[in-house]
Amino acid sequence: MRAIITVIGKDKTGIIASVSGMLSKYNVNIEDISQTVLGDYFTMIMLVSLDNASIKFADLVKNAEVLGKESGVEIHVQNEEIFNAIHKI
Amino acid sequence: MINRNEILETINMVKNEHFDVRTITMGISLLDCIRPTVKETADAVYDKICYRAKNLVSTGEDLATEYGVPIVNKRISVTPASLVSASFAGHETVIAKALDRAAKTTGVDFLGGYTALVHKGMTNSEKSFISSIPEVLATTEKLCSSVNVGSTRSGINMDAVRLMGEVIKQTADKTADKDGFGCAKLVVFCNAVEDNPFMAGAFHGVGEGECVINVGVSGPGVVHHALKAIPDADLITVAETVKKTAFKITRVGELIATVAAKRLGATQGIVDLSLAPTPVMGDSVGHILEEMGISTVGGHGTTAALALLNDAVKKGGTMASSRVGGLSGAFIPVSEDIGMIDAADSGVLTLSKLEAMTAVCSVGIDMVAVPGNTSASTISAIIADEAAIGMVNSKTTAVRIIPVPGKKEGEYVEFGGLLGRAPIMSVKNTDSSKFVLRGGIIPAPIHGNKN
Repeated sequence: MRAIITVIGKDKTGIIASVSGMLSKYNVNIEDISQTVLGDYFTMIMLVSLDNASIKFADLVKNAEVLGKESGVEIHVQNEEIFNAIHKI
Repeated sequence: MINRNEILETINMVKNEHFDVRTITMGISLLDCIRPTVKETADAVYDKICYRAKNLVSTGEDLATEYGVPIVNKRISVTPASLVSASFAGHETVIAKALDRAAKTTGVDFLGGYTALVHKGMTNSEKSFISSIPEVLATTEKLCSSVNVGSTRSGINMDAVRLMGEVIKQTADKTADKDGFGCAKLVVFCNAVEDNPFMAGAFHGVGEGECVINVGVSGPGVVHHALKAIPDADLITVAETVKKTAFKITRVGELIATVAAKRLGATQGIVDLSLAPTPVMGDSVGHILEEMGISTVGGHGTTAALALLNDAVKKGGTMASSRVGGLSGAFIPVSEDIGMIDAADSGVLTLSKLEAMTAVCSVGIDMVAVPGNTSASTISAIIADEAAIGMVNSKTTAVRIIPVPGKKEGEYVEFGGLLGRAPIMSVKNTDSSKFVLRGGIIPAPIHGNKN
């Protein structure tokens, strides 16, 4: 299964490192990544694969939420299908 | 990868615009639960519901986490209980209690289907069943009831309409300690649909399969937000914008319905795209109409604006799913919509205007509180008016009205949660009892005879 991870918040050093560190720990593979900084507002979007992941999806969502709170950003982890459903005919 | 703006738009829909999947409703057939005695039947009903729906709530929670979209309610609808209890007239409450217990065991928010379909006539057991409704609604928590009193094909059963006026009054009296709350769980329909996932009117029609997943999506906030971005656009652009938004919302419902049905081992049923408001700010159908340019909902132009909205919602939804069903349109429950509450409060939104609005949207006089001294025959007459609109326009109409015991016009009633609060609205001080007491059938309109 593939998921989209979205990180939104104020830019600060080490956000990408901490998110990718968490993903690496659970063997979640990053397939694509893009980020922009508008002013001091940071948005990162990752496409990840959970095919070989060592963590359940729901637990990854929880861990991401905790990490987001610690880092002062918002982290959403969502099954990719929801975006395909809404935006592709 | 999907476009960045599209991803952010989706996240924003949930986070800031109150987008949610309002309900996953599992329809369960109870036709194979009928046994020789009422006790055995009640046990079979309880066992089957608990077996079929044992994973409904946890699956709903899993899907919400996985897709990042709130799934607010998990519900069950069942075969009209009047059919299951037909051999046990006078003992219907035994079945009702089994249904309520099953709802509690499975952990769902509501269970609908304490229902009788009497649009053409009433059997003896159905008369007994309908007279049990006040007691049942007063002594159960999660059970919802509905009665279909008319259809475009058969006309309006005025004997049933008269009876329902009395049933609503009795239900209010029996739940007087909760401001007549029992009436919030009771809907009187014309042209009821068999696959509606929304409460209080959900039931699992006899034409349905064994176990079906129907999904109701909502999103007045998302539509409102989309219209805010085009403040000066002409109305064709407004309709187009509503359509596109409805498409996106329905696609989410379609996805959730597909996955939920698969995981629960049920057949995929319909997606009902209904703009169902909640009492929180930013989730109001009334405010969508005001965004279109009506200063207060209920003012002149409201019916036209609502007609545009309802039609555009249906068109967008139909493009998004081949299984669109249920009610699909805009709901206008007064107590559940902050825009409607304010408009009723200011006196602009009246019962008469609501009635006109129901001719062009998907339901009817919904969650309207009226003075406690409103007579049963006046309530029956209100039901008859609504049923006539539904019958002649070949659409579903419904009445969910609460004559609040001891309260009069201008006072308030608080139901809390999704059911909200409502100002007591005025009814005309006239007497329709002679018309109601005539009984019989209002014949079906000529265009009902399509064969």
